[in-house]
Amino acid sequence: MSNDINQTITRIAEIIINELKLEDVTAETFDADLDLVNEVGIDSMDMATVALFLRDEYEIQIDEDDYPKLTTVRIIAQYIDNKRNSNE
Amino acid sequence: MITVSSLLDDHWYERYKKISKLNIRSSIYDVTDRCNLRCKGCFFFSSGEHEVASEEKDVDKWHSFVEKEMDRGVNLAILIGGEPTLCLDRVEAFYKRLPTFCATNGLIKVPRDRFPDMMVGISLWGDAEDETILRGKDTFKISSANYQGDPHAYYLYTITPKQLGKTEKIVRKIQDVGLKVQMQLLSNDEDVDGFSWQPDELVAIRAEMDDMLDKYPETVISCKYYHEIITTGKMLDRPFGWMECPSVTEPIDNREPRPRRLTNFIRWSSDLHTMHRCCTSETRDCSTCKDGAAHMSWVMVNKRAHIKTTKDLQNWIEVYEMFAKLYQFIPW
Ligand code: SF4
Ligand code: SF4
Repeated sequence: MSNDINQTITRIAEIIINELKLEDVTAETFDADLDLVNEVGIDSMDMATVALFLRDEYEIQIDEDDYPKLTTVRIIAQYIDNKRNSNE
Repeated sequence: MITVSSLLDDHWYERYKKISKLNIRSSIYDVTDRCNLRCKGCFFFSSGEHEVASEEKDVDKWHSFVEKEMDRGVNLAILIGGEPTLCLDRVEAFYKRLPTFCATNGLIKVPRDRFPDMMVGISLWGDAEDETILRGKDTFKISSANYQGDPHAYYLYTITPKQLGKTEKIVRKIQDVGLKVQMQLLSNDEDVDGFSWQPDELVAIRAEMDDMLDKYPETVISCKYYHEIITTGKMLDRPFGWMECPSVTEPIDNREPRPRRLTNFIRWSSDLHTMHRCCTSETRDCSTCKDGAAHMSWVMVNKRAHIKTTKDLQNWIEVYEMFAKLYQFIPW
């Protein structure tokens, strides 16, 4: 399980870095607990872009109302994990 | 990776955090096709938008329309016209449910017993002489009597090239009636002679706007970055125009590559079905567009492009705060 989560964290970080064209950071060095709004400066349009990728990759729906809760990569990974478990 | 807190001291970081989660989702609504003025250069009439659709007269339909807009995630209704105060029942359909801003020429007073805290933006096109040339009368006399000291009203002062050197007189007049002012520039949609901006005039008016902000910080709701963007038409070396504009109606936005834009933004016609191209004139040339809200939104949707240097990010914060104040998301 924790291995799964770590993989998800790395993959989400990779998606965020690629989609938002973040510089000077890699998926491995991305701090999973960094606040995406307060520190990275992600806004709702960015979040929508990332959510589309996550939807395709993990076959889950991310409700727009949930965006404000998804404040870190770790929280997103846990959210995905919960969604996938409840889909099983 | 550059983070927000690495660029800002505590004071600025607190300011950033106050606005970063606001998530403003605006749309614009033509409340009516009619107006009690006919200003030269009014984009609504000059581009024939008043004839595009005939207004919905059944107030119940306005109520259900607003409900549907809220389901779309709209959390700020910007009411324009014609003149919205001619149809207060329709205005009420928005005001009862949503943070609402009402643009008006100020000739009819919004009754404060019915709309106690609705933000009202009163249009003003210069001094008495310019107003008479462009709008047929000096509206300030009437609007200032209607709204004197009103904490939920401000002037939307559209500066024309003829106002160079005269803005202070206007700002002072507004200060004297206890109101605030947002400055914007005329886009001369009807090519009225002498009212199109020349490059040297834009340089001069930028300096004058900066000066007004320095001298009247309690009255002028603005920031210098906004003055820079609106007068140069450039942000971070990118030129404003169709391919950058954030305020294009989303369902008909087929631009590729898709620029950063306002989420779910639509400008609705008063028939409640027809959509206009953007927040302003259907026929305006985007390369000379001076729309103030579109320029502010342009900065706002490009936040991460400003997370490069301390100054860039502070500029972004000031523009966002300006917008948030003008629409009552944060206090003056
Ligand atoms: S008051 Fe406003 S809507 Fe009416 S004609 Fe003038 S600019 Fe147009
Ligand atoms: S006219 Fe102005 S607001 Fe409208 S699409 Fe062009 S640039 Fe944007």
